[in-house]
Amino acid sequence: MLKIALSKGRILEETLPLLAHAGIIPVDDPNKSRKLILDTNLDDVKLVIIRAADVPTYVEYGAADVGISGKDVLMEHDSSELYEPLDLKIAKCRLMVAGKVNEQLPTHRRLRIATKFVKITQRFFAQQAQQVEIIKLYGSMELAPLVGLADQIVDVVDTGNTLRANGLEPKAHIADISSRLVVNKAAFKTNHAKIQQLIQKLAEAVR
Amino acid sequence: MSIYANRWLLPEGIHELLPNRAQRLEELRRKLLELYQVWGYELVFPPFIEFLDSLLSGTGADLDLQTFKLTDQLTGRMMGVRADITPQVARIDAHQLQREEPTRLCYSGTVLHTKPDGFSRTRAQLQTGAELYGYAGISADMEIFSLMLETLRISNIANFSIDMGHVGIYRGLMEEAKLPKETEQKLFDALQIKSTSDISQVLNQTTLSNDLKEMLENLVHLQGDSFILDHAKKILKNANQTVQNALQDLEFMLENMPSFVTEKLHLDLAELSGYSYHTGLIFAGYVPQHGAALIRGGRYDHVGEAFGRARPATGFSTDLMALLDFQTQPIEFKRIFASEIKEGDPVQLAQQILTLRSQGETVICELPQQVGDAKALNCTHQLVWQNQAWAVVPL
Repeated sequence: MLKIALSKGRILEETLPLLAHAGIIPVDDPNKSRKLILDTNLDDVKLVIIRAADVPTYVEYGAADVGISGKDVLMEHDSSELYEPLDLKIAKCRLMVAGKVNEQLPTHRRLRIATKFVKITQRFFAQQAQQVEIIKLYGSMELAPLVGLADQIVDVVDTGNTLRANGLEPKAHIADISSRLVVNKAAFKTNHAKIQQLIQKLAEAVR
Repeated sequence: MSIYANRWLLPEGIHELLPNRAQRLEELRRKLLELYQVWGYELVFPPFIEFLDSLLSGTGADLDLQTFKLTDQLTGRMMGVRADITPQVARIDAHQLQREEPTRLCYSGTVLHTKPDGFSRTRAQLQTGAELYGYAGISADMEIFSLMLETLRISNIANFSIDMGHVGIYRGLMEEAKLPKETEQKLFDALQIKSTSDISQVLNQTTLSNDLKEMLENLVHLQGDSFILDHAKKILKNANQTVQNALQDLEFMLENMPSFVTEKLHLDLAELSGYSYHTGLIFAGYVPQHGAALIRGGRYDHVGEAFGRARPATGFSTDLMALLDFQTQPIEFKRIFASEIKEGDPVQLAQQILTLRSQGETVICELPQQVGDAKALNCTHQLVWQNQAWAVVPL
């Protein structure tokens, strides 16, 4: 049995063609089905549909053998308990610091940064030798500088349209993001042949 | 929740065992310590707490972070609650025993961690293991490996798989590469997560020879069943002596392990867990549906240096609390109830109870006007006055 953890949305959409190349096709349409565990054309392969931020946790505990997760989620999860053997080069975007266009940053106090990536933000500003206050948000980060909740935000940026529409612009580049195949360490060792085969097939599809 | 409702809760990651599980644990602990004894491993009891300097000598920064610390009011020095028993046993070998001969030691005790372990979320493990000091050859590794297999067998774990690697391979390649520290760290991190794209990215930024780059790039693919070793020998044929010695060690292990183990073997030449203190062969036991290694071991020749005496060392350890989850065989118990005397000879009864207990039987005496009968006290038998004598009869 091989359980593959995926999140709905862009990652799922762009992963399905790669899985198809590896000969794995979901029986039901994942976008319409309300099932959380999807059967595939292969008896011993199941897709587990969960929230993006939960994928590393499911795989780390071995509840799913492999998973597909954005590098942003992995950087924030910050665990050495997962293997990341393959860059799938899908769902590409950039992790950036953004702020209001032409704005003067306050110098008399610490910067306030709103983000859902608390650990990444901490690490990034620490590398710049800058003490900042981090405000954890769960969505609509772009709003924070506009209403004075924060001076800047850290978020993933795809086209930059949302930023522009809200009078924001990128200020600093933190990392290039794409989705990675993650593998549970124990599963990689106990079920190696099967997982290695999946990695090879997906690698072919990526190329 | 009010502070009163929280009063009886245990701290996160701290557990207690109730009667049945506690008994299973103790039975397992005894069986394992008896096993180590018949293999010639002498039991030691290192202290639960000691000065931080000696507790953390020769170990990595990880262990420092994992150690609970407090100040000794008598000396003003920092003390630590042990987070790992292995360095303590290494200290005992180097300083207390000071033998020249091979020394075999075993131990079982609680270790405390500041942060919960990734898989089991526990902060208090019952670390149990065996160490062999004073012999640098691969035969010592083979003995420790065999004892680890025995540990799994006695713990009723049959569907395990073995992961085996050798840090000498990566270490040898790094000796040749002479990378700046920061680059080496990046490469190490990429190898740890087996990210082929990150590995290539780091290597492309270096000026290493193509030969060496190729070996490092291929290292991550050198994993699989025992046949991978022949492939590794070809890929690494131009590597230095450290690498060749490591490959020979692995070959020796493959040639000498029982065939049922070879079938369960997964070689991973890029496995680097514990790289900061391991120096040679490393191995671990995994079980399906259990996301982390259940038992792990390997060679660590330099830990003793911090105690003034470098002694070759190899050993393994496991968390008995984790093994406990696999002890599912039913417990068979016999408990004899001695009810309050209503008829019969009280002197004979006292004598009979003494005799039974000296034979190892469990006898529970009823207390005057107590709540509950023999059944309620989980008894299976009782003492009955029959034919002028006290007899044990099933309930």
